[in-house]
Amino acid sequence: MKKTVHLVVNGEPWELDVAPNDVLIEVLRDRIGVKSPKIGCERGDCGSCTVLLDGRSVRSCLVLAIEADGHAITTVEGLAAPGHLTPVQQAFVDSSAFQCGFCAPGMVLSVHELLGHEPNPTRAQVEHAIAGNLCRCTGYHPIVDAVMTAVAAGAAERAIRDGTLAAVGARAGHADDGAEVQA
Amino acid sequence: MGALPDAEAFRVIGASPARIDGPEKITGAARYVDDLDFGPDLLHGAIVESPHPHARIVRIDTSAAECVPGVVKVVTGNDFPYKFGLYMQDRHVFAQDVVRFVGEQVAAVIARTPQIAKRAAQLVKVEYEPLPAVLDQVEALSAGSPILHPDLAGYHHVPWFFPEAGTNIAHCRKIRKGDLDQGFAEADLVLEDTYRVPRYAHCAIEPHVVVGYQELSGHLTVYASSQSPFTQRNGFAQALAPLGLTHKDIRVVAPYVGGGFGGKAGVTMEILGAVLATVVKGHPIKLRWTREQEFCNTYQRVGLVARLKVGVKRDGTITALEHTMHWDAGAYVEYGANVVNAAGLSATGPYRVPNVKIDSVCIYTNLPPCGAYRGFGYPEFLFGVESHMTRIAEQLGMDPVEFRRKNAIREGDALPYGATMNPNGLIEAIDRVSAEIGWGKSAEPSHPHRATGKGFALLWKAPAMPPNAASSAFLKFNEDASINILASGMEIGQGYLTVMAQIASEILAVPVSKIRVETPDTDRSAYEWQTVGSHVTWGSGNAVKKAALEARDKIFDTVSRALCFEKETLYLEDEKVKCRTWPAWELPLTDFIINGIEGEGGYFRGGPILSSGMYMPEFTSAASDPATGQGGHPNVHYTVGAAAADIEIDRQTGRVHVKKVALAVDAGKAINPTLVRGQVTGGVVQGLATALYEEMRYDDNGRQLNPNFTDYKLPTAMDTPDEIVPILVEVPQPEGPFGARGIGEQTMIPMAPMIANAVAAAVGVRIRSMPITAEKVALALTRGEDFVQNWPPGP
Repeated sequence: MKKTVHLVVNGEPWELDVAPNDVLIEVLRDRIGVKSPKIGCERGDCGSCTVLLDGRSVRSCLVLAIEADGHAITTVEGLAAPGHLTPVQQAFVDSSAFQCGFCAPGMVLSVHELLGHEPNPTRAQVEHAIAGNLCRCTGYHPIVDAVMTAVAAGAAERAIRDGTLAAVGARAGHADDGAEVQA
Repeated sequence: MGALPDAEAFRVIGASPARIDGPEKITGAARYVDDLDFGPDLLHGAIVESPHPHARIVRIDTSAAECVPGVVKVVTGNDFPYKFGLYMQDRHVFAQDVVRFVGEQVAAVIARTPQIAKRAAQLVKVEYEPLPAVLDQVEALSAGSPILHPDLAGYHHVPWFFPEAGTNIAHCRKIRKGDLDQGFAEADLVLEDTYRVPRYAHCAIEPHVVVGYQELSGHLTVYASSQSPFTQRNGFAQALAPLGLTHKDIRVVAPYVGGGFGGKAGVTMEILGAVLATVVKGHPIKLRWTREQEFCNTYQRVGLVARLKVGVKRDGTITALEHTMHWDAGAYVEYGANVVNAAGLSATGPYRVPNVKIDSVCIYTNLPPCGAYRGFGYPEFLFGVESHMTRIAEQLGMDPVEFRRKNAIREGDALPYGATMNPNGLIEAIDRVSAEIGWGKSAEPSHPHRATGKGFALLWKAPAMPPNAASSAFLKFNEDASINILASGMEIGQGYLTVMAQIASEILAVPVSKIRVETPDTDRSAYEWQTVGSHVTWGSGNAVKKAALEARDKIFDTVSRALCFEKETLYLEDEKVKCRTWPAWELPLTDFIINGIEGEGGYFRGGPILSSGMYMPEFTSAASDPATGQGGHPNVHYTVGAAAADIEIDRQTGRVHVKKVALAVDAGKAINPTLVRGQVTGGVVQGLATALYEEMRYDDNGRQLNPNFTDYKLPTAMDTPDEIVPILVEVPQPEGPFGARGIGEQTMIPMAPMIANAVAAAVGVRIRSMPITAEKVALALTRGEDFVQNWPPGP
């Protein structure tokens, strides 16, 4: 009893047959091959499976694939053009705002979501925005420092100009117009 | 070894180039084991777990599970009656006859999908005959306690363990130094008390994952989320020897690791990937632990009940220390017993103590097995020691920092087991932390219901290693003078790859950006014992440095043979060979590093430059008198430091708000200061969580009550101190690469006593059991300190 769903993943349209109980993270990782959302707890606690659904962060371990039908999914692979980094990603690299890297994709997405609606956040707002993304390595301060550095350098404005934040908000419908569908 | 540039002349040692793994990790390109693709042929495993803490297995009926469509195979202990264990072989791949903790693997199902495997595992019928269980290590020593391992006397173990057959004591590390009675007789003040530390979980965000694949030819590859690829290969080879597999037939591949903290050292669930692969030859088979299994069936941090007695003279001189530590090491102590051993060697803390008695007792209980966790026993026993030192100072009317400065161990002092203390910057650490935190100055509370206080604690820790733990490295140049390094330390987040690149870069004058350090594959990479004990910067760093020096020597040799230079006049700079006596001359590495140098008549000299390096600390020995611990040189060196906190407590709720933490650690030489600071920030927050709220809780059937992140709370970004100040002290370690020693574990070690001391300073209650929760502080304020010593009431 499969159902056909249409997803736009990092700008690419996909048509897939999924079972009603297939979880979005399984479909992303095992069917589409997008590996950056990580499996850490499978119950919405750790945030390492975070993806953006129409620009809003969700736990892809708690979203059924059929619920994502008709929606746009952005993972960290889809933030910048291949070989490029967004200003936030660049700040993470420059400031060593990661260690093992397992939480980093989800963390970066949560920060992009924040900057999408609050280009000049306070430290407390950054902490609040990433409070759902557990990191066992860094103690968080280097992450918040990196975000504040990026913000001070105008990261959000540059990202909007470069389209990396606009892409986050793209809706699935936009890509349906005659675009080649992958399956 | 050749002459090295002096400190001022370092190019990249002491600089902080960006991590070489940054772009991969921040773009989602980094691959962890679970991200590797094995195609549609991949099979999945699920285990059948014991619901009992202690029971005899009467029979196992796998018939219903075998009938489930999609099930490929069901295996039990009958199929694999093999033992394994890092330091003591007290554990089987699957339980044989008896289960000893809730969650222990009794059987496994291999199926086409994870869902089918899990469903079928629930259909395996296991009939048990429950046995009396013991969940508390002190009870396990009592006369009426069940004995968990009646065959203990026959277990194979390392020579520095002393199991006591017929008891639950798997090992006791004894230290006897000086004359204890005389020491206490000389004391003007003796303080004695008991400190309790529960079990903790590592909580790396990546769970354990393993994929085993035995080719039809017989070669077995295991892909593991691992801190220990070579130690795992050795463990697999020992366990699977009955199947005819030897070391050359087994390969462990370890890509990026999503956090370790000791939990992915040694061998735990990876053994299942190895053995299950042998029953489905030709198919890869994967197991990924659930978060609940992470809590219940991997190593945990050992629990501790410590009785501590310290005597001091009126002037503050410590005269004697007696420390009896009862460790809850769980159902199997194959790794945990060495935590107990390491703690026993060092349980004085970083102090000069002339008269010492230590009993560090490793005890079997019917709880999950314990093993390495960042700090390896030191955070546990230093909770008591560093709490005690502040209490003694206060009872003497001395300042606790001054008391520590007076008694701090110095270079050349005798260690508890007789060897001498290494060069160290402990006094500098004390002074700088004290200045940074404003010791002696009190802050006004922000509200009348609140109180402020400061706490101070010292740290020390040595890597706990067998005396012959070795590191090695291969290094090879490419045509463009870029370099591949094949060493086998693990990048578990600390920045190992970058640091190794910096070490090679320093010696070979090739930029860090042109050096690729590979994650290990035991068939191709050079040997490394394990990435544990904060030792890889030091041990593997020494091996990489030796490999780089050998490569440099080969470069100079090629140039001198081909072009008739005096070898001693050559040096490397900016990817070129240069000559001290002919400054105008230079030869780019790219001109010859693979293809050699053309000489007269078109004949070439040289060829591809490749090298290797090996490091083993030949000055260590675990041989000592079992009755006294005297003799030998079990630890390579200690890393020391100090930490202090400035906190504010809400008297009504007991909630502790950490305003500031300053931590100084003596890195010897900080090869990459940004990475060292990163270890401090991370270690402080992880340590504060153990101090303030994390704790593993069990019901009276040995089942964990909080095996998930909803009930076992990890700190979030909103739960960190307002300010963390890392302070780098650099008193060089003579045998360390460029003077470096490890600092990774050390940063979390002093957090619990530091908080306990700050709480006592703020509100006058002394909490002697971890964690120091808001509930405990509030109850201690209303009901007294003793009321919370065993709070909440256990099973």
